[in-house]
Amino acid sequence: MRHGKYPFIAGFLVLPLALYVIFLISPYVQTIMNSFTNWGGFSNQAEFVGLENYKQLLQDDTFLKAVLHNAFFLLALPVITILLALFFAFLLNVGGRGGRAGVRGVFGSSIYKVVFFFPQVLSVAIIAVLWQELYRTDASGLINRIGIAIGFIDENKPWQFTNDPTPFLGVPSVLWWLLLVVVWASVGFYMVLFSAAMQSIPRDIYEAAMLDGATRIHTFFRVTLPLLRDSVSVAWVYIGFLALDMYVWVFVLTPQQGGPNHSSEVFGTVMLREAFNYGQFGYACAMGVAMAAFALVLGALQLSVGRRERIEY
Amino acid sequence: MATAFDTASTPAVTTGAPRSARRNRGGDGERGAGVLNFFSHGFLLLWGAMVVLPLLWAVASSFKTDAQISRDPLGLPTGLHWENFSNAWTTGRIGDLFFNTVIVVTGGVVLTMLLGSMVAYVLARYPFPGNRAIYFLFVAGLTLPIFLALVPLYQVVANLGATIPFLGLNSYAMLILVYVAYSLPFTVFFMHSFFRTLPTAIAEAAVVDGASHTTLFFRVMLPMAKPGLISIGIFNVIGQWNQWLLPTLLMQPQSGADEKNAMLTQGLIELSVNQGYQGDYGALFAGMTIAMLPILAVYVIFQRQVQAGLTGATLK
Repeated sequence: MRHGKYPFIAGFLVLPLALYVIFLISPYVQTIMNSFTNWGGFSNQAEFVGLENYKQLLQDDTFLKAVLHNAFFLLALPVITILLALFFAFLLNVGGRGGRAGVRGVFGSSIYKVVFFFPQVLSVAIIAVLWQELYRTDASGLINRIGIAIGFIDENKPWQFTNDPTPFLGVPSVLWWLLLVVVWASVGFYMVLFSAAMQSIPRDIYEAAMLDGATRIHTFFRVTLPLLRDSVSVAWVYIGFLALDMYVWVFVLTPQQGGPNHSSEVFGTVMLREAFNYGQFGYACAMGVAMAAFALVLGALQLSVGRRERIEY
Repeated sequence: MATAFDTASTPAVTTGAPRSARRNRGGDGERGAGVLNFFSHGFLLLWGAMVVLPLLWAVASSFKTDAQISRDPLGLPTGLHWENFSNAWTTGRIGDLFFNTVIVVTGGVVLTMLLGSMVAYVLARYPFPGNRAIYFLFVAGLTLPIFLALVPLYQVVANLGATIPFLGLNSYAMLILVYVAYSLPFTVFFMHSFFRTLPTAIAEAAVVDGASHTTLFFRVMLPMAKPGLISIGIFNVIGQWNQWLLPTLLMQPQSGADEKNAMLTQGLIELSVNQGYQGDYGALFAGMTIAMLPILAVYVIFQRQVQAGLTGATLK
């Protein structure tokens, strides 16, 4: 086994490592370095300006707005998605034939899982375009037409969805409509995830609980939920990353990619506009670094809060 | 649609109740099971309809004329207007984009799996100086948002194209390599933990029989890692098929004479942006249907593997 170990290791590592460093690591490092320069276009003339870009960030109203909007998604998206997914996973698993210990699943639970999971396999591009049609602001959009048919939308004043900047609970309506789309697209995946986690809990735990006189609902809240802690914690991190991104949804579904009047800007839209429309590469890189720092702090927080002794079974 | 679901589920609820009563040995709590079942199906059907109806509506709309889509969005198509599909396929170029995407995703996934498991295997099974450092370099890629790389990535690819033309902007080979680079962190992370769990006894037996390191990997370890490869393979196929940000950045024609090598996702979004000017809603829905049905069909056939693959990969 000794002979030729190092040539073999090097042979297996060199190509993937080269690709990885060229296309991923080097852009990351360059972004960090560029963020301290005034690199402003394709001329490659960049001077070191220290923290100037970062100072400018703190006074950039559009950027600060975008941060607030991402923060809104960061708070609302995981809570709503996880609660809904847990609720559906509960409905799917707590019902079903009684008298047996363990999580069994209601009649047809695998069909529900297949259907709920549809949005997960569809491209975000398809979902975004589909919702653009559902959200059509004239009377031809699906939602407006159904609303008019039922009578809760006025035909002369169809809903404006992502064209509507008026605040609802202090947050522009357009953000709530975007939130709805992402929740629609994510709930199924996390329901299947939680459902799988529920079914991997061993039967004897339930049998013990039932011997102690626990009902089905009791066992769900006292046994199942606490044992899902790890899955929920992982889900939180993943959805957090979705909330920090949001770019494609804003790009497709809102007017002027972040409008109306900047009421739906997010990190991605502001940064890519600075870079590729205004040519402010150095400044855009500073935005990227700020966003990454945000993500890292968030991940670290989540890990330190979520860490607890793991239960093995 | 919803009523069809309701009638289908009613027998299940009624036959379920007496059976649960017969087997009942748990006490008071079980009496509520029938009510709970009814309640469960109600909410589950509601969400199921919210997922399925928009998709069905898009498919139905792809058979309507533009006038009908605007005038009567809730009605069923009066005839099967297949010209929407031919418009989307040729004028909207969905056909070309479809094949472009197949090429890139095939190349991207095959290469990701090969290179990813090679790295993961070496890092998991061979201690050498720098092993941990390389492992952490790959894992670091998992925690950083892609936006951190976008601006210089464009420059890197443009510069690369200046020296090696077939790896420049708007080239399939380049996009495949970029997909591989961005899929590596998760693939390495996942396969690394998988290779660590494989038993060493078989590997040792193979070495005693005279297998070289390379033979050992391709003939013994890789076949043993098949369940892991399937999970991460499904994960990568869906991820790369649905990728939109990277091709939007890197696959734009550089001049009017350049071929359009865009991906399906780009084409769809372009169609939806342009429909405001041209009003060809039929073609837009047909394009959506073409993009949607194959992946849904594959998913329904392999649903167990896909669900297990995606959720398993996430929980690792």
